[in-house]
Amino acid sequence: MLLQRFLVRLLTMLVTLFGVAVVVFVIIRIAPGDPIAMMLPPGASNDDIALLRALYGLDKSIVQQFFIWLSGVLHGHFGTSISLRQDVLGLVFNRLPATLELATVALLMAIAIGTTAAILGARSRGTAVEAGIDIVSGATLSIPDFLWGLVLILLFGVLVPVFDISGRVSPQLDLPFATQFYLVESILRLRFDLTWDLLKHMLMPAVALALPLAAIIAQLLKQSLKEVLDLDYVVLARVKGFSETQVILREALKNAALPTLTLVGVQFTFLIGGTVIVERLFSYEGLGNMAIDAVINRDLPLIQGIVLVFALLFVLINLAVDMTYALLNPRLRHG
Amino acid sequence: MDEASVARRGLSPRLWLAGGWLLLALLAAIFAPLIAPQDPLAQDLMLERLPPFWLDGAEPGYWLGTDSLGRDLLSRLIFGGRIAFIVAFAAATSACLLGSALGLIAGYFGGWADRIISRIVDVWMAFPPVLFAILLVAVLGTGLSSVILAIAIIDWTRFCRVIRAEAMSQARMDYVESARIAGYGRIGIMLREVLPNVLPSVVALLSLEMGIAVIVEAILSFVNLSISTDDPTWGSIIAEGRLSIHQAWWVLVFPLITLILTVLSFSQFGEALKARFDPVLR
Repeated sequence: MLLQRFLVRLLTMLVTLFGVAVVVFVIIRIAPGDPIAMMLPPGASNDDIALLRALYGLDKSIVQQFFIWLSGVLHGHFGTSISLRQDVLGLVFNRLPATLELATVALLMAIAIGTTAAILGARSRGTAVEAGIDIVSGATLSIPDFLWGLVLILLFGVLVPVFDISGRVSPQLDLPFATQFYLVESILRLRFDLTWDLLKHMLMPAVALALPLAAIIAQLLKQSLKEVLDLDYVVLARVKGFSETQVILREALKNAALPTLTLVGVQFTFLIGGTVIVERLFSYEGLGNMAIDAVINRDLPLIQGIVLVFALLFVLINLAVDMTYALLNPRLRHG
Repeated sequence: MDEASVARRGLSPRLWLAGGWLLLALLAAIFAPLIAPQDPLAQDLMLERLPPFWLDGAEPGYWLGTDSLGRDLLSRLIFGGRIAFIVAFAAATSACLLGSALGLIAGYFGGWADRIISRIVDVWMAFPPVLFAILLVAVLGTGLSSVILAIAIIDWTRFCRVIRAEAMSQARMDYVESARIAGYGRIGIMLREVLPNVLPSVVALLSLEMGIAVIVEAILSFVNLSISTDDPTWGSIIAEGRLSIHQAWWVLVFPLITLILTVLSFSQFGEALKARFDPVLR
């Protein structure tokens, strides 16, 4: 049952990725400017141009071109960045860890803030505290990460300058890292001075990304908690003498978490999508920031590499969430 | 008194607050040439980085201060509202028409139509929306119509997903069955019976989408990819404010407050309208 579900999802995922490849190919081909003209020096002869067109398969039909391009992509040949003159795949993998670390820290913050607010709201249901949480979360989720980033820059970069609002790490520091996962590596190497510096740079963009998601988690989880809190087994726990907070933490939370989990999965892809502009705002050296540079420089090979990697990441997250849901949901597990 | 009954009596304060701000901003944008105190493009290096009116060093007539080129901030905000509202109405309406039509077809007819449309939505959801927008504008070329087109091409899925789900649940209801027995055709039922019932959701989403469109336009101008660089837009003022944040905080603060109020108002206005028109809540 589970395996069947997994295979169906995997197939859907491949169809989606194929669709993404088609869309990317079409957009890149619509883009004005001859890709061959960009590669050759001025004054190249017509023979040279024809030779290069044949080399890149540009003399074939558009469908043939698509499959030549797709087979290259599947073999990891994403081409060479026009603006940076380096292999696209290498550039993308160099920047991806910074974005993954930022998104993961933001996700953990969103879960922590959202769950705390939900528990607080469910515990004091029907009071002014719950009404206050409703109003704050309603307003918080209506304001997108881009605006939160600007608010945070003003508050903690200018008004009370306590956090860094630019870059990923202080430039004067010596970085002994072997990989691009700076945060993970600084913890593993017990270089907590570097961890602190990295977190100080990461905190503001992470909060900007986390706040809207935290508000959504707070609202949905509070709703599920309130529904569960009226069920018999929870009433029984209360009769047994557990305090309301204990009842929520020990009994209600694990049964109320399932709908929220599904939502968090979908929302996590939105959060990763938000890193594009938030990284730009905070000059954070991640994949999104590089993507905007690539678009501004009309660096088509780099753009298509970044978009494909983002798409792969999104469908993998959706697959993982779907399978986690199936594993945790008893009705599906035994169904 | 619960929210629905407040809304029914037309007393909902958030409807009035949100609607009031939007009306004010819209009127200011429409009558910008009449009410803007200065020419929004006029540069005067003698007047650079003037603070807002309550601070020392402010000049009369420059209420919110000036930017690093001596341009009047209030006038630029008022004129920037024009592009914001044009994009909001045009992009959100286009996305709404496209997405609702596809959503209705997928939800009501089901089968192959639903399968194809849902796969396309899946593909669209695999793109980071902001990057998708930036890429589309770069390919289509900067300019007002490119921005509107890009937002519509990206955000129709928001309408499609919600309307599809609503149309599906409506299609199973008794009244649809009775209409069918009464001899109405499938398209007739979809337009006469299902469409009016999904309309409250469409209206709420439309208002929400207008706020999103304003933000996307601001993001595009922030990365310098929206309209021509001469016309003031809220995003380009913010980009300028981000650069001079340590010398002139007001260049960032006022457009930011304007954007936040506008986005909040669009989303609150949409929800209040939904509460008012929703047949179940009413």
